Amino acid sequence: MDLFAERKKVIVIMVLVVAFFLIVRLFYIQVIDNSYKLSAENNSKRIETIYAARGLIYDRNKQLLVYNQPAYDLMIAPFELKSFDSTALCELLDIDIKRLRSGIARVKIPKYRREPFIKQLSSETYAKLQEKLYKFPGFYVRSRTLRRYSREMAAHLMGYVGEVDEKIIAMNPYYVMGDYIGISGIEGYYEPFLRGEKGQKVLLVDVHGKVKGPYQGGRFDEDARVGKNFVCTIDSRLQGYGELLMKNYKGSIVAIEPSTGEILTLVSSPAYDPSLLVGRQRSVNYRKLETDTLEPLFNRALMANYPPGSTFKPVNALIGLQENVININTTFSCNLGFYAKGVSVGCHEHSSPLKLLQGIQNSCNSYYCNTLRRILEDPKYPSTTDAYNNWRNYVISFGFGTKLNSDFTNEIRGFVPPSSYYDRYYGEHGWSSLTVISLAIGQGELLMTPLQMANMTACIANRGKYFIPHIVRQIEGIDTLDRRFTTPHTVNIDTANFSIVVEGMYLAVNGGPGRTAGIAQLSNIAVCGKTGTAQNPQGTAHSVFIAFAPKDNPEIAISVYVEHGEWGASYAAPIASLMIEKYLTDSISPGRKWLETRMLSGNLLYAK
Amino acid sequence: MTRTINILEEIDWLSVGLYLALVFFGWMNIFASSYNERYRSIFDLHQNYGDQFLWIMISFLAVFLLFLIDHRFFYFFTYPIYAFAVVLLLAVLVFGVEVHNSRSWLNIFGFRLQPSEFVKIAVALAIAHYLSGFDVKLMTWKSLAILAGIIGFPVILISLQPDFGTAMVFTCFILVLYREGLPGWIMGFSIFIAVLFLMTLLLSKVAVIIVLLSLAVLFIGLVNQKLSYSLFSALVMGGVFGLLKILSLVVPFKTGNYLLLLIAAGITAIVLVVMAQRKKIANAFFILLLLIAFIGFTFSVNYVFTRALKPHQQTRVNILLGKETDTRGVGYNLNQSKIAIGAGGFAGKGYLRGTQTKLDYVPEQSTDFIFCTVGEEWGFLGTMAVILLFAGLLIRLLYLAERQRSVFARLYGYGVVSILFFHVAINIAMTIGLFPVIGIPLPFFSYGGSSMLAFTLLLFIFIRLDAVRKIYLK
Repeated sequence: MDLFAERKKVIVIMVLVVAFFLIVRLFYIQVIDNSYKLSAENNSKRIETIYAARGLIYDRNKQLLVYNQPAYDLMIAPFELKSFDSTALCELLDIDIKRLRSGIARVKIPKYRREPFIKQLSSETYAKLQEKLYKFPGFYVRSRTLRRYSREMAAHLMGYVGEVDEKIIAMNPYYVMGDYIGISGIEGYYEPFLRGEKGQKVLLVDVHGKVKGPYQGGRFDEDARVGKNFVCTIDSRLQGYGELLMKNYKGSIVAIEPSTGEILTLVSSPAYDPSLLVGRQRSVNYRKLETDTLEPLFNRALMANYPPGSTFKPVNALIGLQENVININTTFSCNLGFYAKGVSVGCHEHSSPLKLLQGIQNSCNSYYCNTLRRILEDPKYPSTTDAYNNWRNYVISFGFGTKLNSDFTNEIRGFVPPSSYYDRYYGEHGWSSLTVISLAIGQGELLMTPLQMANMTACIANRGKYFIPHIVRQIEGIDTLDRRFTTPHTVNIDTANFSIVVEGMYLAVNGGPGRTAGIAQLSNIAVCGKTGTAQNPQGTAHSVFIAFAPKDNPEIAISVYVEHGEWGASYAAPIASLMIEKYLTDSISPGRKWLETRMLSGNLLYAK
Repeated sequence: MTRTINILEEIDWLSVGLYLALVFFGWMNIFASSYNERYRSIFDLHQNYGDQFLWIMISFLAVFLLFLIDHRFFYFFTYPIYAFAVVLLLAVLVFGVEVHNSRSWLNIFGFRLQPSEFVKIAVALAIAHYLSGFDVKLMTWKSLAILAGIIGFPVILISLQPDFGTAMVFTCFILVLYREGLPGWIMGFSIFIAVLFLMTLLLSKVAVIIVLLSLAVLFIGLVNQKLSYSLFSALVMGGVFGLLKILSLVVPFKTGNYLLLLIAAGITAIVLVVMAQRKKIANAFFILLLLIAFIGFTFSVNYVFTRALKPHQQTRVNILLGKETDTRGVGYNLNQSKIAIGAGGFAGKGYLRGTQTKLDYVPEQSTDFIFCTVGEEWGFLGTMAVILLFAGLLIRLLYLAERQRSVFARLYGYGVVSILFFHVAINIAMTIGLFPVIGIPLPFFSYGGSSMLAFTLLLFIFIRLDAVRKIYLK
């Protein structure tokens, strides 16, 4: 009757075969192939970065200099976008529709990622937008912090913060695209402390990018750790005053506390408003500053190679004393200059002959030419080269010709020529003390930075030792400073010799007739100083002055450069003395107001 | 002639048990797929799972009512039921609610019903009724035409909604016909053509041609019971292909593998023809002819698809095939489904611990893609268990069908098996990328009142018939 009863077996086999194939396929997908599990992990997790606020920066008197302001990035979550009133949004953001369209098109390409659409909305825009944000699904605001400056000052010192580039990311895995990093100054050097640590929230998100809650109960969440607060060595009142005085001059002021090496002031002029390099306008402003012919971005205090001029004479005097080629009573005559074997170095008119102290007081060129000649022709040494190398070692020990190793990223070395330098030009033994006689008066090949000059001044003020100048005074949570800032560097010259030179420098300011820096004299403070007129190939000589005060237990050592200011006494010395007066007495005495006014009303910005 | 029997004793409790296990497990998974912190109660009627619970209860009530109705009702009222089903299908075309571009739903007293789910029962009954008639011989033109009408008419109406997935389900009745005497080659051939069609669209031409060639080569050996023929032709083909490949490397002329393969196949064909002439193998020509026809078919499908169809029509077919689904690009649904299942691993992430399904990564995760939840949360152990449960149920039902004394009951039993088999196989296959996404539910698992009730009725009508099988004489 039932002819096809056997076919039930075929059907049973069909069922079993299909079941078998499905099971085999499932075994492959679920057990063997791991790629699906990885996709699943990435699918449903979203890591949201919590940005850490950077540490605050205070001056030495705990005045707040740099703090943070909230900034708002408008983000687009591509798959939450629904139709919205694009005209209204454009009006709110003050952008044209093309920008909006391209922004949306851009985020649609890399799938499922949230992208910033407009970075750093102004707080006014944000306030307007916030009320109406609900009308624009798919748009949301992410908040971060930007730097804000309580005073428009010390831009070079503070440095700035910018977005990381690919090079930085390749070097340091902490950073990812869109992160900020300190680029120069304190922000750059102390980035690891200031930046804090980013945190993260790992969130479960559904296919539309909607947050469904913390991933695995927030097991992988990490709070952001706020950056460490930073106290710098700057006295912001003095810094501000310095910048005010230098407003119309190119040049630099560096002031150091000799007993610690702390930098009290570091002015590079012209400066710029640090808030120009914050926020959305940063790149535009940076380009503007970069192309400014006055080079406001150039930090002259650390990076300008100036000849020291006569301010270098105390060093030569110290070396001469230590080498016993001169003593306090050694006299040299000067007949409007130094003349020997066809070499002449001119000098100004002063009484002659002079002893050492008067040599310093009058800044007699002839005196130092004779001294250097004695140093280099000292029979103690088998050759001029050996004597020169000995001289050079003394100079180097003052911190010249090499980076001071302070806490700046962009310090330069300056230049104290090694003997091989002259060998190359004149041949071995082809040069003598007279060949390099300009070194006696701080000219020739010598190049120094204002920071190095201030350090030398501090070293003289300390009678033979210095601490590496530094900008860090205290970092929150860290008890001790880097040891290199607390270890004194000593110069191999006797303290007694320093006392002699210090006396000379005292006389240069406070001495009788012939003193070169009387303008720097203060009624109740013993200022020691030395003027300089740094000849340079660019044009009119630079006005230079180094000084420290008070003479005993000095509290401030300062170097001032005013480019093309010619005589040390005309600009650098008045500015230095005003700085010292301001620092030590808090104000400018009525009797010296005229000097302040004169400095403020002068202008050498475009002088050549 | 009738005897009194205790129905409760005669019910096949094994099938009922398997059914309950599947329904309960399915419900748990619907809960898991839509579960969220806010609605913790599995009975919450505002959520999928609460709604499904309601429908499960309605289904149980329907089963109870089934057992109150006289068993002869189903036989005698087959055609009215069929007619009613057709009327519903017509009604849905007129009054239906449009969801996702297809008009498949009727709103009746606040309940949404999908008539096409119930039509399957009517067609299964109608086929059984017709074929169990006296003097009805399957292999006559008249019978075949009537059967084609019974099956074809609802298929046309459903295609008009349009709901191609459900329409395709009706091809499953070929299994019933096969059991009743439809020549085996017709089924084999239909399956082969269907597979070829899918392969052509889903795979590359080279792959399809390789498969066809291998089949032809194998076939030559099997039909003549001489495997040396297979070996010989395979060697010829491989050799020619290899030579051409090497040649193409030495003398760089621009050809794809697929042209080389065709040339190799052509040379092999000539060799075979010569050989067939010598050894007098008549069927070699026939096999060759079939091979050419199939390759031709492959190309024509491709040609029709790429040339004759406009881009938007292609997209529509692609969507039907699951190659293209939504705005997120080709194969998004399928890929997410595979990710969810794959993420389960061997033992699964644990109940209510799935992320992919819960976070809406898988589209339709409580309906057509409910299997993903099983895969993600219960792992390979869970998916295997579900497949084994279904296979067990199907084989049990086949056993029950075979023990029927009434031809009607047996045929209906086969109808039930065919429908369930098609649904289970295709649904699971589409979630793991073995079949295009055509959007049909997984019986007893997928969320949806209509399908829950319809599959329950489908199954329990048969269990009802089985329970009274002893009434009929052998």
